[in-house]
Amino acid sequence: MNIKQRAESFLSVLRHCQVLGMTVEQADESGLIIKLPYSEYIVGNPVSGVVHGGAITTLMDTCCGISTVCYLDEFEICPTLDLRIDYMHPAEPGKPIYGFAECYRVTPTIIFTRGVAYQERREDPLAHVVGVFMRMGPAPDGQQLFQLGGRV
Amino acid sequence: MSEHIDELVHQAHQTGNYEALIAEIPYARLIGIQVMRLGEEMIFHLPMDKDNIGNPILPALHGGVLAGFMELSAMLQLMVSMNSPSFPKIIDFSVDYLRAGLSRDTYARCQIWRQGRRVGNVAITAWQTRSEEPVATARAHFKLD
Repeated sequence: MNIKQRAESFLSVLRHCQVLGMTVEQADESGLIIKLPYSEYIVGNPVSGVVHGGAITTLMDTCCGISTVCYLDEFEICPTLDLRIDYMHPAEPGKPIYGFAECYRVTPTIIFTRGVAYQERREDPLAHVVGVFMRMGPAPDGQQLFQLGGRV
Repeated sequence: MSEHIDELVHQAHQTGNYEALIAEIPYARLIGIQVMRLGEEMIFHLPMDKDNIGNPILPALHGGVLAGFMELSAMLQLMVSMNSPSFPKIIDFSVDYLRAGLSRDTYARCQIWRQGRRVGNVAITAWQTRSEEPVATARAHFKLD
């Protein structure tokens, strides 16, 4: 499997991400881009139609977490230690939101990731994100996860 | 629409029943948040739902859903405490994951540390089995109108 296939396989088993309709746009050695389509189900403000931050947090937690497969040789389960999101401006209703994430430091125990959420251009992000993940070592059930992914 | 929300916030505040208010927020319906009013306190409840699962092998609640639940709890707590019909706007959100959130019912409690004219600071604690063993803690700033 190449990097994009591994990322797609990972994403395809995450039930809630499938409910939100998330898809891998791009995945390579320089990071990962995941698309979150706009839908009325994820609106947090019924007056303005603006998407709830929770859906953006889900996009960015997923994107930062899966971006680890762009940097690791073997599949590892990497639980999130912490995640921080700074909102530059609200998302524009009706348009998809893209999440970009990269790992900027990989140690034997910890992976530091950062990224942005954007709509039109990555240079004009609606949110900045940093997330720290723990390495648990190659997961015996990692292969199982991918096999599961192949079935979905 | 805004007047309708205004009415619902007042109603929820007076009766302790938040169903009508929550029903107007699509994301709240999607994840299935419920609110319990115990005297002056509010406890937020996220019943187990397979659509909120992330890791299918554990299986575990998606970390993003847990964070979304906590952010939404903080937002509702602020709306009720200010008796405000307008939705607080998120400025930043920071979450620490302390334990795996398993596919169980999850609960949250919010502490408003500061409620100024422009900005509110809210701390959120989420747990599953015991409140003294949180699965996550979070902190959010909201812009208030």
